[in-house]
Amino acid sequence: MTTDNTERFTKRVFGRPASLVDVRSHFCPGCHHGIAHRILAETIDHFGVREKAVGVACVGCSVFLYDYIDVDVAEAPHGRAPAVATGVKRAQPDRFVFTYQGDGDLAAIGTSEIIHAANRGENITVLFINNTTYGMTGGQMAPTTMLGQKTSTSPYGREFKNDGYPIRMAELLATLEGTAYSARVATSTPGQIRKAKEAVKKAFEMQIREMGFSIVEFLSTCPTNWGMKPVDAQKRVLGEMSEYFPLGVYKERKQADFV
Amino acid sequence: MTPSGTAPRRELMKGNEAICLGAIAAGCRFYYGYPITPQNDIPEYMSAHLGALGGTFLQAESEVATINFILGTSASGKRVMTSSSGPGISLMQEGLSYMAGSELPAVIVNISRSGPGLGGIAPSQGDYFQAVKCGGHGGYKMPVLAPHSVQEMYALTMLAFDLADKYRNPAMILGDAIVGQMKEPFVPIPYVPSVALEKPWALTGCAGRPRQHVKSLYLKDNAIEVHNWKLHRKYERMKAEEVRAEHYRMDGARIAIVAFGTAARVSKTAIQWARRDGIPAGMLRPITLFPFPAAAVDRVARDADAVLVIEMNTGQMVEDVRASTSHHDKIRFLGKPCAMPTPEEIHGEIMNLAREIGLAGVPAR
Repeated sequence: MTTDNTERFTKRVFGRPASLVDVRSHFCPGCHHGIAHRILAETIDHFGVREKAVGVACVGCSVFLYDYIDVDVAEAPHGRAPAVATGVKRAQPDRFVFTYQGDGDLAAIGTSEIIHAANRGENITVLFINNTTYGMTGGQMAPTTMLGQKTSTSPYGREFKNDGYPIRMAELLATLEGTAYSARVATSTPGQIRKAKEAVKKAFEMQIREMGFSIVEFLSTCPTNWGMKPVDAQKRVLGEMSEYFPLGVYKERKQADFV
Repeated sequence: MTPSGTAPRRELMKGNEAICLGAIAAGCRFYYGYPITPQNDIPEYMSAHLGALGGTFLQAESEVATINFILGTSASGKRVMTSSSGPGISLMQEGLSYMAGSELPAVIVNISRSGPGLGGIAPSQGDYFQAVKCGGHGGYKMPVLAPHSVQEMYALTMLAFDLADKYRNPAMILGDAIVGQMKEPFVPIPYVPSVALEKPWALTGCAGRPRQHVKSLYLKDNAIEVHNWKLHRKYERMKAEEVRAEHYRMDGARIAIVAFGTAARVSKTAIQWARRDGIPAGMLRPITLFPFPAAAVDRVARDADAVLVIEMNTGQMVEDVRASTSHHDKIRFLGKPCAMPTPEEIHGEIMNLAREIGLAGVPAR
């Protein structure tokens, strides 16, 4: 006779977050979207905002946010997620509103919308996935593409005389008065993942405390379009990407001094 | 506004302001916009009055942002409106396509200006094609209402909100600088909703229900084809149920004008002059440009001796008139791209046609 004493003698310390839908994702092996999604879901659970959350998905690999995060989601045109989120938040100030955007979406076609949402101090939270390329369309050059990086539209490597320099969004947005929180994190080591989660918690807190606009930039991998093995992609994030895009908190409002 | 319980009294107001009153009466509490002439009275009125009503006015950084604020508030289940003019409406086409694809209601007001590019601020009906033929990508449609008086600026705005909600689709008011800027008395009749105001599809947080989405991307299997057929059936239903047109002095009319908006308003004066002289002229005035009153145009073209299409452009709606009837030989066109036709010009054209079709009693030139 056997008795299942699992419940009695074990304590559950790790499991799937309630807000993360139990389905197979379409993300490539070694891609960091899955980690960012999990952090997002864990933080939604942590603050208990799942039932009052409205997410805004962008155009790119992350458009399928609504298949993976168990909350209401609106799909925005390319780059316009901060404007759509503005419309949601203005209509429903008591809901928790976030966007999840890639670097082509946020740092190229959507620069106007992100800058003005931040400048208005729009009380929304932005998760920004910077993998230095357009993933879904097949690895074209992004505004965040590193100098010398070969992509399908910079086959000889990005050159500043032709294409300018990679843009640092976390720093840029930190200069705006309306920004309450701006940080850049990575998710290439367990320690970094813990810090990333802390940053996302801070960003959520800003919105919950009505402090204004918050953004967390994730340095992320795209092994498929980088033409790298996942392990080498991690090394790239820890190396040249972190050198050019330094990790850290660029702005953290301590109190709602703008009201 | 009129106190409740009493008959509405006449107000003297600009057309653009009447649009604001119509929107507020219909329960619209969210307005977003970006400055552009000749519609600035609308954002100015809304910025002054929405706050006191518990509503929200927000000036966007661009019309691109505006239409996406609209998308977000519409997805939240609220009635929401924007207004602009030609160049700004062009910038909104991306968002309008997404809203049509995502089946989101909103009212878009185009107080149109003249010419391509920056053009001019003179009154024009040059945005007809953009409004009724699908200005953005993907082949969607939306109800387009063309007011020709301040009264209609008020009443058709209320109707536009109902049509938008009935079909879960953007609806457009297509005006111009004349009907937007002119002042005349109108009666702010009370709003009586013709649609259910509940929006169970809205994104309000998934408390007590499964999560739901507002989206226009369909990649799996033939989902996008299924979705397009669904949208198509919706547009066909609009054609069956929403055609609106005014028959003005059409009793025994042998010369029938077809005109909308300001061009129709001016035509009424010319028709009155012609009728005074015994010339049987009348007008079919499309109030809905989409759906277009094709059957009415065909009947009018069959019964009249001449059909005079008048537009403040070089010929756009006239294509829909031709497509509505086989009586092409009766169709004439009078167009002015960047100005209002005068009653004298229209009356002169009516007299020319009267001579052409050999109406008795018309003096030879």
